Amino acid sequence: MVIDTRVCVACSACVYACKQENNVPEGYCRDWVVQETGGEYPKLTMENRSERCQHCDNAPCVTYCPTRASHYAEDGTVQINRSICTGCKACLAACPYDARFVNPEGFADKCSLCQHRIKQGLETACVSICPTGSLNLVDFNNIDQKTKQLLSGKVVYRQKEHAGTEPNLRWISASNKPGA
Amino acid sequence: MSHGKNFSRRDFIKISSIFLAGSAAMTTATGHAFSGADDKVGDEGSRVVYSFCEHCFWRCGIAAHVRDGKVYKITGSEHHPLSQGKLCPRGTGGTGLLYDPDRLAHPLIRETKGGRQFYRKASWDEAISLVAEKLWNIKEENGPGALAMLNHGYGVSFFKNMLSQIGVNKIAKPSYDLCCGPARQASVLTYGYPSDTPEGFDIKNSKYMMFFGTHFGENMHNTAVQEISDGIRNGAKIVVFDPRFSTLAGKAEHWLPIRPGTDIAMMQGLMHVLITENLYDKSFVEAHTVGFAELRDSVMEMTPEKAAEITEIPADAIRTIAREYAYHAPAAFVHSGRRTNWYGDALQRIRAIHILNALVGNFWMPGGVVAFKKFPLVQPPAAHEHPAYEKEAYSKYPFFPQDEPSNTITSHEIIEDTIAGKIKGLLIYGVNLPETMTLGRDKAIEAMKKAEFVVAVDVLPAEVTGYADVVLPECTYLERYDDLDNGRAFRTPFVALRQPAVPPMYDSRPGNEIAKMITEKWGIHGAFPPSVEKGLDRKLRLVGSSLEEIKKKGVLVMPETDLYRKPGEPLNLKTPSGKVELASAQLKAAGFDAVPKYAPQPEAPAGFYRMLTGRKPMLTFGRTANNRFLGDLATAKENEVWVSDRIAEKHSLQNGEYVRLKNQNGVVSEFPVKVKVTQRIRTDAVYMVHGFGHSSAKLTWAYKRGASHNQLISRTDIDPAMGGVGFQNNFVTFIKEAQA
Repeated sequence: MVIDTRVCVACSACVYACKQENNVPEGYCRDWVVQETGGEYPKLTMENRSERCQHCDNAPCVTYCPTRASHYAEDGTVQINRSICTGCKACLAACPYDARFVNPEGFADKCSLCQHRIKQGLETACVSICPTGSLNLVDFNNIDQKTKQLLSGKVVYRQKEHAGTEPNLRWISASNKPGA
Repeated sequence: MSHGKNFSRRDFIKISSIFLAGSAAMTTATGHAFSGADDKVGDEGSRVVYSFCEHCFWRCGIAAHVRDGKVYKITGSEHHPLSQGKLCPRGTGGTGLLYDPDRLAHPLIRETKGGRQFYRKASWDEAISLVAEKLWNIKEENGPGALAMLNHGYGVSFFKNMLSQIGVNKIAKPSYDLCCGPARQASVLTYGYPSDTPEGFDIKNSKYMMFFGTHFGENMHNTAVQEISDGIRNGAKIVVFDPRFSTLAGKAEHWLPIRPGTDIAMMQGLMHVLITENLYDKSFVEAHTVGFAELRDSVMEMTPEKAAEITEIPADAIRTIAREYAYHAPAAFVHSGRRTNWYGDALQRIRAIHILNALVGNFWMPGGVVAFKKFPLVQPPAAHEHPAYEKEAYSKYPFFPQDEPSNTITSHEIIEDTIAGKIKGLLIYGVNLPETMTLGRDKAIEAMKKAEFVVAVDVLPAEVTGYADVVLPECTYLERYDDLDNGRAFRTPFVALRQPAVPPMYDSRPGNEIAKMITEKWGIHGAFPPSVEKGLDRKLRLVGSSLEEIKKKGVLVMPETDLYRKPGEPLNLKTPSGKVELASAQLKAAGFDAVPKYAPQPEAPAGFYRMLTGRKPMLTFGRTANNRFLGDLATAKENEVWVSDRIAEKHSLQNGEYVRLKNQNGVVSEFPVKVKVTQRIRTDAVYMVHGFGHSSAKLTWAYKRGASHNQLISRTDIDPAMGGVGFQNNFVTFIKEAQA
């Protein structure tokens, strides 16, 4: 996923759409928005971004899961097999992105990248609802022209790359000047 | 029935929970009680109902996903031009209203026994009979002018038709007074046509967009936010004048933390630079405008240095922005905003915005000001056709609209006239009057207590329902048909359908049935079609479609219209001059300034701060206040008072602590509010989102969450030209919780 923070307004449409699509229990969410302000008055900067599980290529949650409930699916996403998850929270501790929670029904829960929708050729709930078009579903193994153009010439970053997780979410920085 | 005079002094009644939906909704699956979600993932076995949203005035197209008789998901309609498949949180949150356990479930009638007032459950027939009798008697005894309706929401058309049957057309939309009225009338005076929704700006093709105070992104006006995003992707520059570093300011090339109340001085300063540096579009101004000389003379003294002194924005910045604006014109605009009424001078402030646009020749040009078109639906007969109408508009304000049947008087005049005893019966449709920024809470309550008869039509037990003689529970917009919506103008003109996704829950009924029942009790038959479906079908057949056809996609869409003027063509505007009126002879003739002129606003008393207000992206004031699904996020649960870090230090306030606010008249907020210490606001103002701090315990979610902005409005400034109400001359200070 490529998340364009230049346009995100932190409205949380992605969060509510996900909650509804995936029956996320009250009090919990699988994605969330961050509004970060920097600088000193009146020279302030702001970045708004939508965050979620980064579906890492080298995911600590998979590594540290004692029951193999957390696993890589065929499409490369990280998924949880609820029936063998014991809710031990090892994955919660291992995840550098704080992307997981324990569902009140007793299993670890997080963004599934709307696997059920992707299988049907649909976009994720968050991507399809986003009024600003900040969220872009991208297959990094097969980058299309539109994505190349979107990323070209811009400051793009990944979070906590030093953790060696090889995350699959990339953010177009809000620091990019208009027309970059 | 012995009500009437006994209730001329009416007390607030807490509606007993046995009359609310309550326990029925609580029995749904644990954890999803208020979201409508079932235990299934995916859309198997479901159907989609296309309709339009009612969570704000924008009225986006929605797709309600229904399974096993429940709406489990709402997404943006891919067919509707205003949503284009996208939706803001409030749209998704429709399920939170539909499955709100606090919903009104039965008609209620006020009773008194042993000096105590209470509501009792009534049948529809009994409640309707009482309403019909009371309204009829007031009309018979005092004339139709003694009845008035306050309304907000799209279901009102049926009640308007109902009232018109007995010659009542005293109808007010509070939103005119406090929100869009000045923008509407400033457009009429300058361009000869009213402003619209979406506002007439070619956002997605613009290269330079200027905003005064309006906070897109926090007000999630879907289409506008989509187009601003397109603009940003295309390299457009954004300029924001706002005392607060809003989300939109966070996207701006220039954020100018302007001193509140000085916007007109800033606009005059920008005009000064455009004119004295010869940056304005001379050929457009000569060919298509009147009053340039008068405008020029009026801004000569407002040098950037003078404007800088007033606005606290450096003169160099004012020059830079005026030059950049002219450089990017005509693909540049100053946006007129929404909720435009701040200080009672908004008509002139928005006129100044239109003048700034006209000066750079962006009128009907790509990326500039445009006039979107509406779908040409055959309209019902105009209001003045009823013989009993005294007049078409009742407002005393000279530039109040004379052409809007759904708004014939300001809402504050209705409140004042009710207090004065001139209006004796009130029908309140979808307006939570005590929390609506009209004349503040006290006046609203005084009016409702003074009225002989008050009937409230609502979905939730909002504060207003506690003051009514009869409460009629309407079903939500997801359970009913309403009138066709061709009221929104856009690139592709369209007409949209509101249709029920599920049948009405509890003993609630759609407005179209309620209005028809009352009308028929008056012995008037034939005022409504035999069924709402037949009425809609008849209207649609007049334009070559049918109800059956529009039900499939929820909307009929016309091809894109040409929005741009052609060189050499006259504009033929409906202003007296036929041109864009930089100076307005109409305003001058009525004793107002022909061109906008800055006048200072009152200063805060020592230790007080100007109270500014706005929105959160997932909430729309009263419509969403009690919505548990939307309220579930930490950022949605309560409002905060934003305080500059320097002011917080002065008052020893910590981030996250709770305080009460006290205004300049000594009014103390009923509930405490959380302090947000931030660099994102000037030191002379505080900011809080409107629509929190509800005092009705029957709104079990909203009750006591945050502080009410409305409660702290003690002073209002009425626009003498168009009758809008400004309320930003209210100031607050902090009372630490321990001292409260």
